[in-house]
Amino acid sequence: MASDRSVNLRRRSDLNRRIRQFFEERDFVEIEAPILVPSPGLELHLDAFAVENRYLITSPEYQMKRLLGAGMQRIYSLGKVFRRGEAGRHHNPEFTMLEWYRANAGWEAIADDFEALMAAVGGPSGWQRLSVAEATRRFAGVRVEGDEDLETLRKKIDGAGRRLPSTGDWSDLFFTLFLDAVEPRIDRPTILYDWPRPLCALAREKPGDSRVVERFEAYAPSPDGVLELCNGFGELTDAAEQRRRLEADRDQRRKRGLPEYPIDEKFLAALAAMPPSGGVALGVDRLAMLLFGAREIREVLAFADDEL
Amino acid sequence: MSSIDVSELKPGTKLLIDGQPYVVIERQFVKPGKGAAFTRTKMKNLLTGRNIENNIRSGEKLETADVEEKAMSFLYKEGEDFVFMDQTNYEQINVLKDAVADQWRWLKDNMICQIQFFNGKVIGIALPNFVEMRVTATEPGARGDTSGNVTKPATIETGAQLGVPLFVNEGDLIRIDTRSGEYCERVLGK
Repeated sequence: MASDRSVNLRRRSDLNRRIRQFFEERDFVEIEAPILVPSPGLELHLDAFAVENRYLITSPEYQMKRLLGAGMQRIYSLGKVFRRGEAGRHHNPEFTMLEWYRANAGWEAIADDFEALMAAVGGPSGWQRLSVAEATRRFAGVRVEGDEDLETLRKKIDGAGRRLPSTGDWSDLFFTLFLDAVEPRIDRPTILYDWPRPLCALAREKPGDSRVVERFEAYAPSPDGVLELCNGFGELTDAAEQRRRLEADRDQRRKRGLPEYPIDEKFLAALAAMPPSGGVALGVDRLAMLLFGAREIREVLAFADDEL
Repeated sequence: MSSIDVSELKPGTKLLIDGQPYVVIERQFVKPGKGAAFTRTKMKNLLTGRNIENNIRSGEKLETADVEEKAMSFLYKEGEDFVFMDQTNYEQINVLKDAVADQWRWLKDNMICQIQFFNGKVIGIALPNFVEMRVTATEPGARGDTSGNVTKPATIETGAQLGVPLFVNEGDLIRIDTRSGEYCERVLGK
């Protein structure tokens, strides 16, 4: 067991080197993003560690986007992020995130980068691209378009012995279906794009189709089920819309009794100057699991959280 | 009736779902990148033996089932029934073959089992995770082939059959995992 871990650590060291080489060859600048920040982001399902009057980042995206607003064109960051309460076979509360951004590019260019990166590090090849609507139809037998109201969505996903959340919102209903009947049936490397509008996060609306946003995620079959590797966006650069979303998240946090985090005004201000951009966040530990055939995240870590 | 948050489930937790008792076999923390935390569960229906799998959002409450377990030793078969004796008060009970299901394969005289009662009725028995059984019949194995991947059929003292590695011979004592029904190892020196 101990020997497997040390072999994997050596391979991770090599993986980091290959990642840096990949981005250097493409003229990206490596950014050492701040880890202690005044606002960790308000997403409902991300819980940050508080340190005095700051938080540990759950993602470096706010600061990375400020750099795009300041005129940088191609940037990446390879570093630790922290999420409270996430521990399991595929989760550790502190993990390594690779994020990269291109100014004046769409999500497709970022997805192309992702496929090229997979080829460069010896990862999966032969990626198919499926819209979420098509993937839900193909794998779960119901097409989720993105414009369903709660009741319509509940009817669509009910059945097959599914335990629907009693007080679920749109996202909870969707992911109940997704975890039951979509993700486990993904049988080859797949990029899912055109995510439903209610799951917009920091993605912009798809021009000409208000039901979906420019978001993509990559999934790959592994020895321990299908692994979610990354989440990318055609970035939202409309500051007013971004403020509306942050305020809606803040209100939901209050309603649910979740910790309140301040809205990052400097991030919002930077959006005004930010060109249309694409970006993605990739879990490097998950990628290492996939490359090394690991079944648990601890196999690719020096020490998992419960081994400290 | 008490309830439990789905994120607190553990293997062995007994639940009441649609009036039927279930036991949790596996549970895993899962969380889509931008979604809520879920618990992926695999549960066994204690009446039918059938497994169900569910992804349940954290925060959902499930009802716990009042399943009582008593340690009893297996005495003998009586017709199609299995007779067990309570270890504390020496009372004997007859357990129907449906409640024993296919676990008769690993059941030896005097073995201590957990007898599960639900609403006063025996619904199942839980054997020790590992049991030792004598091999009563098997073909002689090819000498020199110690690869663990190739197996041959063997009959054990209960009359049940399972696959064993080629080096196992008649008269050997072997350890079996009763949960998977698979051969574990040969017990040497007995």
